[in-house]
Amino acid sequence: MRHVLCLVAALLAFTSSSPSMAAEKLKALASFSILADLVREVGGEHVDVTAIVGLDGDAHVFQPSPRDAKAVADANIVVVNGLGLEGWTARLIQSSGTKAPVVVASKGVRPLQGEGEDKGKADPHAWQSIANAKIYVANIRDGLMSADPAGRADFEGNAKAYLARLDQLEAEVKAAIASIPAKNRKIITTHDAFGYFARAYGMSFIAPQGVSTETEPSAKDVAKIIRQIKAQHIPAVFLENISDDRLMQQIARETGAKIGDKLYSDALSKPGAGAATYVDMMHNNIAAFTKALRE
Amino acid sequence: MRAKRGMMFDALYNALIAPFAEFDFMRRALVGSIALSLGAGPVGVFMMLRRMSLFGDAMAHAILPGAAIGFLVSGLSLGAMTLGGLAAGILVVLLAGLVTRNTALKEDASLAAFYLISLAAGVTIVSLKGSNIDLLHVLFGSILALDDMALMLLAGITTCTLLTLAVLYRPLVVECVDPGYLQSVSRAGGPTHLIFLVLVVMTLVGGFSALGTLLAVGIMMLPAASARFWASELDGMIVAATLTAILSSLIGLIVSYHSGLPTGPVIILSTGCLYAISLLFGPRGGLVTRFIPRVHLEA
Repeated sequence: MRHVLCLVAALLAFTSSSPSMAAEKLKALASFSILADLVREVGGEHVDVTAIVGLDGDAHVFQPSPRDAKAVADANIVVVNGLGLEGWTARLIQSSGTKAPVVVASKGVRPLQGEGEDKGKADPHAWQSIANAKIYVANIRDGLMSADPAGRADFEGNAKAYLARLDQLEAEVKAAIASIPAKNRKIITTHDAFGYFARAYGMSFIAPQGVSTETEPSAKDVAKIIRQIKAQHIPAVFLENISDDRLMQQIARETGAKIGDKLYSDALSKPGAGAATYVDMMHNNIAAFTKALRE
Repeated sequence: MRAKRGMMFDALYNALIAPFAEFDFMRRALVGSIALSLGAGPVGVFMMLRRMSLFGDAMAHAILPGAAIGFLVSGLSLGAMTLGGLAAGILVVLLAGLVTRNTALKEDASLAAFYLISLAAGVTIVSLKGSNIDLLHVLFGSILALDDMALMLLAGITTCTLLTLAVLYRPLVVECVDPGYLQSVSRAGGPTHLIFLVLVVMTLVGGFSALGTLLAVGIMMLPAASARFWASELDGMIVAATLTAILSSLIGLIVSYHSGLPTGPVIILSTGCLYAISLLFGPRGGLVTRFIPRVHLEA
């Protein structure tokens, strides 16, 4: 028995001393794919970024594995969204025993409150408004600068260039929304992910599921949406990459509304599938809105 | 007077009929839950009599590896995942049945062993793919989103179940009451039991993929437990269970429509209310009828 214990102790000592050998690149860990993309933009070549919840994954119901805890322990900086999106992060960070600084990307964002059964809970999908994404970028930049002072100038330069690109993106979004007739500026989709987008760009927004994908809809909610689509002649409804779409298909069947192109809300797609980066994601969603709602 | 009566009819119409007249999804939900009730009512009664009331929850986990393999082979296809789940469920049940019949292990222990192994295998297979889409979440349907496929599945399974039960009724009854007796007079015991288990798995898996776990298991077991307090004969219990299931689906849908509470849980809660009423006031061993002494009918 004692031999086994010695062996285990030796192994533990060995594994815990192996990292931090040659730390040329800063190891950043982001909680989900959209944040990872923003960190990549700001960090550039100084930073290796990984996401805990990967492409097309759902951060609301995610279950972390030991590999994820190890990734947190190995990271030099951890970036999370906050606003209650990742219920599991606090525990994961604590149990991994990491001393890496934790950047809450949404710090300084004015949170929207969820509606209906989510009343009183903050809506976590703040990145859907580009103005908020700019706050995220600034927070990430500050976090990276204090974690790796050597890269300060580069982080600042990357962030500045990327913020300019976001400004341009925001102008494109506004122009695209302006091309949709005012009475059609309505987004109906599976879960409440587009509240910030709707608020920022003057659209109204309805979803049968609450802010989280975990809740179950009621017959009353579904009936209300169907009545609304019929009464206001809303031409299309949308599906997302992370949720169950059977309910939305039932709503489309019953109202005669078209099903628009797929939206990306909480996770990026694989490279080449239309929403591999944050900017591509916004382009993809905007194209889907204008295509389905313009007529 | 007449105007008042008219208003009352209007209110009743709006409360009870209008939701189904106005919305296709409400009609589909009603048809789907009635289809499930017709099959699950009798199957639930047999399960209760065989002390298999917790079987459904075990099955909800046991089907995961099959669903996961279906997912690996053909992506998020509901058909493939349901077929896989059915295969996994039947495999688990058959293995557990063989172990029970041939060893000293009791049915609950052997079933628990196999369903836990199955669940662990399923979780491992899902994570092999590296995807963190919650598979069971996708596999388990919602009563508000029944498409033609899901309705056909429910109706088909119920039809199969009722026909098989009609053929197997006698041996099943004998097996329920006295398994040893059936074994002593005929060899039909083993096959009867296994066919019945397959029926149970079919009804459950169909229910899961169309309506979700809670609804499928709840509509199967709660009405059966309620029926125990209304009838002492098997036929009567089956009728009572089926009617309870249908009635609580109807009540649940209407309550969810007017109150905005989630539909699946509300249906099961109304089944629960009917169960509580049966428990208290049921003429066969209900608590109130048992403790209030009956008036003796003496000449």
